[in-house]
Amino acid sequence: MDFGFSTIDTRVIEIDKFDTTILKYVLQHEKSMLVCMSCGGCTATCSAGNLTDFNVRRMQMMLRRGEVKNLQTEIDKCMLCGKCMLVCPRGVNLRNVAMLIKKALVNHKDLK
Amino acid sequence: MNTTYKVSKDYHKEIAEDNFYYARSCIRQNFFPGSEVAFLNILRENLGKTIHDDPHHTTCTGIGYHSDVVPFDTIQTVVARQFALMTENGIKNFVASCVTSFGMYIEITETWKHYPQQLEKIRTFLKKATGREFELPENIAHTSDIIYNNRMLIAGQMKFPLVNVKTGEKLKIVDHIGCHYAKMFPEKGEGGAEFTQVLQGMIRAWGGQTVDYPERRHCCGFGFRQYLVQANRGYSVSNSKKKFESMQPYEPEAILTNCPGCAMFLDRWQYVMYEMQGVKYGKDDSFIPVFTYEELAGLVLGYDPWDLGLQMHQIDVRPFLDKIGVKYDSEKMYKTKTGRQIGSYTPKQCK
Repeated sequence: MDFGFSTIDTRVIEIDKFDTTILKYVLQHEKSMLVCMSCGGCTATCSAGNLTDFNVRRMQMMLRRGEVKNLQTEIDKCMLCGKCMLVCPRGVNLRNVAMLIKKALVNHKDLK
Repeated sequence: MNTTYKVSKDYHKEIAEDNFYYARSCIRQNFFPGSEVAFLNILRENLGKTIHDDPHHTTCTGIGYHSDVVPFDTIQTVVARQFALMTENGIKNFVASCVTSFGMYIEITETWKHYPQQLEKIRTFLKKATGREFELPENIAHTSDIIYNNRMLIAGQMKFPLVNVKTGEKLKIVDHIGCHYAKMFPEKGEGGAEFTQVLQGMIRAWGGQTVDYPERRHCCGFGFRQYLVQANRGYSVSNSKKKFESMQPYEPEAILTNCPGCAMFLDRWQYVMYEMQGVKYGKDDSFIPVFTYEELAGLVLGYDPWDLGLQMHQIDVRPFLDKIGVKYDSEKMYKTKTGRQIGSYTPKQCK
């Protein structure tokens, strides 16, 4: 029945329902991500972020929080240019991280 | 144990014993029309108290104030008029039926305490507008405070304790406290904002058991800005949904509230959630009946459920009545005392 309004999903991230499948997959295949210190250098230099609302650090945060639905929308904005890798002070292979997220999202059901 | 004692001592409020001026709610009489009469009957007939039900008082205009329609000076003058009526009747104990009204009376008297010049200004406004003068009440209480204060006296006259007559188990009842009861001024609510006792105390005194579910302190969704505009009501129903999901694992057999809006929305939104998403939150895919504290007090005292207005609920209360052994006549559910049919409705069933 249409009442002219609907419910809004809660923004609370519940530990019991936390989806870590994509995070585990990325960490398993790209160990360099473990040393990320969230400095934001990648975000500052990002070409896609300069032209759109793409934000590499936000993408990382969604990955770590298991926000799969939002991650799908966010990752599609990355154009895999690799400038983020050039500035990363920890040498994180962010292009591979982005590729792994894309792969994991395609195989999400199988990974669970 | 020391912590419990400290909280209890810090947030134990003074509640007057007798001689009350009764300020009715503008919305409760529409939502749950039997509750306010039940309160008067319980006080007068079961507890032997004196309470003045004044037909001259008006709405407190709290909803208008919280919706930015009524200015603060205006509502202060309206409240001053209520106090003037109380003074004219020679009464010093003020009792508000609505939680928002109760919050307003506290907010305004606290304002006057800290800003005496504001009190003088409002005295002048009232004098010019109506020619009336007023004294401040010695005690301001919410009606649930009065029932809480007399819960053991009610327990002494109890006919139907909150116990399942078939299994002998204590009924599991969750409570929801109106936000304006103790969240604005915690020291004015029995038990404060965090460990509010006013409804839990009643449930336990009348034989039931309570659950401190995770979202017990969350708003029910009646926040005025959340529901006044239809397009915004998603906020309202989402709040209620959050509470229902939080209480669901504990399989409550009823919800007890002390605020007009909470009782309304926790009752009605269950139906809306079912129609929108096909979900029910009670045990074994059922609805959870919602009661006001007067209705629950009336039930345990043996009042007729239809005199208490329980037929006006969206969620069917009859399975709950069966549990505690209350006898009722479904034929008379929608009939007046003279036998006139007042309409018909098939309430949403709960097991």
